[in-house]
Amino acid sequence: MTDSVATPPTRPSGPRADRPLSRGRTDTWRHPAWVRLAHWLNVVAVVVLIMSGLNILLAHPHLYWGVRSTFADPWVSIPPIPNWLLIPQGRNLAEARNWHFLFAWIFVLNGLAYLLLGLVTRRFGRRLWPTRADLKGIGPSVVEHARFHFPTDDHARSYNVIQKLTYLAMILIVLPMMLVTGLSMSPGFNAVGGVLLDIMGGRQSARTLHFISAGLIVGFILIHVGLVIWTGLFNNMRSMVTGWFVIEPPGSTAGPRLRRRRPTDAGDAS
Amino acid sequence: MNRRRWLTGAVATAATALLSACGQAGTSLAEQARRMGEGLTRRTQRLLIPRDALAPTYSRAEISPDFRANGSTDPAASDYLALKANDFADYRLVIDGLVERPLSLSLAELRTRPSQSQITKHDCVEGWTSIGEWTGVRLETLLNEAGLKPEARYIVIHCFDALTQTEDGDRYYESIDLIDARHPQTLLAWAMNGETLPVPHGAPLRLRVERQLGYKHAKYIRRIEAVESFAHIAGGKGGYWEDRGYEWYAGI
Repeated sequence: MTDSVATPPTRPSGPRADRPLSRGRTDTWRHPAWVRLAHWLNVVAVVVLIMSGLNILLAHPHLYWGVRSTFADPWVSIPPIPNWLLIPQGRNLAEARNWHFLFAWIFVLNGLAYLLLGLVTRRFGRRLWPTRADLKGIGPSVVEHARFHFPTDDHARSYNVIQKLTYLAMILIVLPMMLVTGLSMSPGFNAVGGVLLDIMGGRQSARTLHFISAGLIVGFILIHVGLVIWTGLFNNMRSMVTGWFVIEPPGSTAGPRLRRRRPTDAGDAS
Repeated sequence: MNRRRWLTGAVATAATALLSACGQAGTSLAEQARRMGEGLTRRTQRLLIPRDALAPTYSRAEISPDFRANGSTDPAASDYLALKANDFADYRLVIDGLVERPLSLSLAELRTRPSQSQITKHDCVEGWTSIGEWTGVRLETLLNEAGLKPEARYIVIHCFDALTQTEDGDRYYESIDLIDARHPQTLLAWAMNGETLPVPHGAPLRLRVERQLGYKHAKYIRRIEAVESFAHIAGGKGGYWEDRGYEWYAGI
């Protein structure tokens, strides 16, 4: 018991201890299996939902606000969308709806399981809920993002504050919004969800909000994938596949080559 | 970097498999997917939505001035044209199949039944919504009059119109289960926005089944048939669009 106190403590970031690697790098446990499974199921579901959703949208590529369509005066009309972005390839409302609702079920059941496990295991509180210190550091975090300059050392053990807030907004607002606006387009559900329909301002508003939320998701995906590549495609992908994430030696950052700090000047790392 | 190469290879293989599955086996996969997704949706909605839960209704001010007429808007079938020429004075609605007392009713006779009006939204499968006021007789009233036999499970609505506008083209038809058939808002409507139902919207009689998408609201009704199964009718999927890949349960 007392012996173990003598060894320098490694910072555990999960149920599994760090594994030292060569050249001062450390393998740290980041994502449990259920997070990885939920993530990839969600990737497949969201991609199919967006691509089949675009096909459905093309059956009437006009959006309106309110309870009814004002055909002569749409809020916005959608330009033609290339076939490669559609499921199935080529316009086909019947099949697109098949895919859309099947993967909507996968998206919803997977999302519910993820939310439930995130709350029960308190993982949301540990990894996603910003601390007071996080929120105070929002200014520097904005600067860091603006310079595309991200730490890959010990600071990368936890998500930065912008990352936390973005993930929370996606998990708690945007993704649930897809379900709520989608259900509000169902004439069956409208018979019990009339209040929800009123809150949204009618079925055509629900349809437009469904589209806007989908746009936010597409925006998130582009930035998310961009940053995954920027901050180390292999390391990030490996962590979401195997659960293990490599921490670089102190002072390491991902960012413009010229600014990359070497382990030798770790001492003056800010 | 063997690991990286292996990972790249694995992702590429998976992507290729997925793409070829979508491209080649698409039809059968979509078939299976439809059965899974639609079945789950239908069961869940039937479980969670009370039988008599009402579709939302709207005020007169919200009625669409530009209610869109979709699908057939002016049937070309000769039997329909003959009836239309005489302003549907010779029209008879036939209700038969698995009923105790088959009915044959003129429009005047239909209007002697208790009628009701409702202002509801019409949600097209394409995505648009129009709002209109519908007046007619509840389908349940007529089904009670005819007396459904115990083995009757579905109500099939046979129509005059063929979307091909040809004499031998497939006539439109639809089917609903007894939950929808007996729903308090399910009407055979003869009036729209307070006026005789116009031809583009299904004169002389159209179905209103307010918790389903537009294609279930069959227009130009010719005959109503109670059946145990619709597998033997036309393509066997329970409706004109159902035979062409659309869901039978159109509650979403």
